[in-house]
Amino acid sequence: MTNPLRTAGQFVVILALFMAVAAFSNWPVYRQNPQGSAVVMLTFVHGADRQAECRRLTPAEIAKLPPNMRRVQECPRGRRSLEVELDIGGKTVYRASLPPSGIAGDGPSKVYERFVWPAGEYDIAVRMRDSPRREGFDYMRSEHVKLAPDQLLVIDFNPQGREFVFR
Amino acid sequence: MIHAIRAILRRGFELIERPFDYLFGASLNPLKQLGALGFFFFWVVAVSGIYLFIFFDTGIERAYQSVEYLTNDHWYHAGVMRSLHRYASDLMVVMVLTHLLREFAYDHYRGARWFSWFTGLPIIWLLYTSGITGYWLVWDKLAHYVAIVSSELLDWLPIFGEPIARNFISTGTLTSRFFTLMVFMHVAVPLILLFIMWVHIIRISRPKVNPPRMLAGLTLAALIAVSLWKPAVSQGHVDMAKVSTELGLDWLYLPLYPLVDLWGKGGVWAFLLAFSVMLGLMPWLPPLRRAKAAEVFLDHCNGCGRCVEDCPYEAIRMVKRTDALPFPTQAQVNPSLCVACGICAGACPSSTPFRRTEDLVTGIDLPEYPIRLLRERTVAMSSTLSGPARVLVLACDHGGAARRKEQTVHVPCVAMVPPSLIDFILSRNLADGVVVAGCSESACFNRLGGDWTEQRFAGERDPYLRARVPRERIATVWTSKLAVSQTEASIAAFTDKIAALPPAKLRSPLPPSIRILEQGADETQAAGGQQKAEAPND
Repeated sequence: MTNPLRTAGQFVVILALFMAVAAFSNWPVYRQNPQGSAVVMLTFVHGADRQAECRRLTPAEIAKLPPNMRRVQECPRGRRSLEVELDIGGKTVYRASLPPSGIAGDGPSKVYERFVWPAGEYDIAVRMRDSPRREGFDYMRSEHVKLAPDQLLVIDFNPQGREFVFR
Repeated sequence: MIHAIRAILRRGFELIERPFDYLFGASLNPLKQLGALGFFFFWVVAVSGIYLFIFFDTGIERAYQSVEYLTNDHWYHAGVMRSLHRYASDLMVVMVLTHLLREFAYDHYRGARWFSWFTGLPIIWLLYTSGITGYWLVWDKLAHYVAIVSSELLDWLPIFGEPIARNFISTGTLTSRFFTLMVFMHVAVPLILLFIMWVHIIRISRPKVNPPRMLAGLTLAALIAVSLWKPAVSQGHVDMAKVSTELGLDWLYLPLYPLVDLWGKGGVWAFLLAFSVMLGLMPWLPPLRRAKAAEVFLDHCNGCGRCVEDCPYEAIRMVKRTDALPFPTQAQVNPSLCVACGICAGACPSSTPFRRTEDLVTGIDLPEYPIRLLRERTVAMSSTLSGPARVLVLACDHGGAARRKEQTVHVPCVAMVPPSLIDFILSRNLADGVVVAGCSESACFNRLGGDWTEQRFAGERDPYLRARVPRERIATVWTSKLAVSQTEASIAAFTDKIAALPPAKLRSPLPPSIRILEQGADETQAAGGQQKAEAPND
């Protein structure tokens, strides 16, 4: 083989390898969700009520405290767990008790859940309890939603308005 | 188990390398330049990245628009640069992973080599981090997917208070400062990567960080051709109210992302942790083999520094003389860096087998395989040679003659053979011809043994092979461990050639001390005792 031919052969081999790498850089196509599906995402960050109410200390208890740390009431740091439920099309797809975050359990609870659902019309309901009550929920929202293919429906909680938001 | 995997991989590599050797020649074979090509692609990525940064605009809308502008409106320079940036990055992954597999297959990760192996691990992490941050910057649909899955993976770790992924699911939560942060990450991480790449090669001498010019030119030309053939393009602007069901994924950088759907985030983290721990611990997994490091014998070291020049692992340095001999420096071995290849012993001018000392001691030697033993084995093996062409093979333990038994003296590396030993064999009529059989070209197990041997024989590197040694009676065979038949064919052809040659003129009688070596070690000592150390005659 002459030198130019040999060099051409070398170039062709390198080119073929690089073409394979370039092809692999885009192909095969990855399908994350089934065709014609949408995603409902339930995600919010919210701190539930404290585990116990603040309690007024007795004069004797206050006197026991070091002078520089005396206070009139004691408030436990820990928060309750959030109770959350989500229904799609009348079926409960998510029910969880979300513990507070943080080492002392005094941070907000958080949820980030994704539900892949076939496109179509659904009644979607979300409920949350953040108080000491044992029955029922403190916040609820129900919507009739038309889910388009590839749509991402986010269900969030607005802490200022204290209500669920569908967007 | 590991041994079996390594054997299969090695066979695979050698089968692939052979046609590449044929087409490219050993010096241009890309499979033997993986590390150098990795560096080369890094520089292509760096230069193209700097060029692209001129056009890139940080901002939620502007990021995508600027990338589209440079891709479409300025395709002939900036667009090509984008493709070069993308494909060189992909090729860097290919080089790194192939390099990793090859070093594993050739058992190049244990003993003193642990450092390079271990520092390769952060290179993999940093390389992937660099690539992933790059994909975010484009802010197309793929970037959205990468951003969500990456942040979901990070959110799985109990580090962040609020899920980061929430920033990427609705408009209004993301600001342009995010892109400034990503640009910073995309510059800072590759810089750290470059630093670790430097650390990776710091313990080896003469690392190959630049491919041969011809190979670099062909590689760059092919990269440009691929960039024109299949330009890197975006996959449409992000719509946060939508999920992309179909994506053209970069399977080289993002192979773990689909696994998040299959294994879950915890599963992917467990895989990454297990992969990293296993890779990190591999140099210390059994069977642990470590030959004793080379030793310096000051009485025979004149501080010439040839061993330092030739050591492929920076394991020897010259230090101030500690004895009374009139030389300013002496060699000092760092045992933790020494792989006991014996190249230093082959470079030492005191390693001449002509020396008529009581016990042949050289300036620097292997405790488990000293030059004295090499001379003894050579003399002993020569006595078994017969026929019209007595050919002695000096074979390294990693080449095509590694398993040879007859007519063969084995060494850890062919460069352990001092050129004077060849002179000794031929001038003392121990053989009619000598074959030096090492690893295949540019793939020396001990990195530089083949090169040093060729240069010493050609008189280009100390210690030279004497001019009086007839070159037609020496052959070098560079073949891989698998190429046994090719090696045997080369040796047979050389034997035939020697048989056709007239008797060699360079003959001097074997000194009594060496003759006695053939009769046994005890007698050798007795004979050596009568002859006190004399000055070397070579």
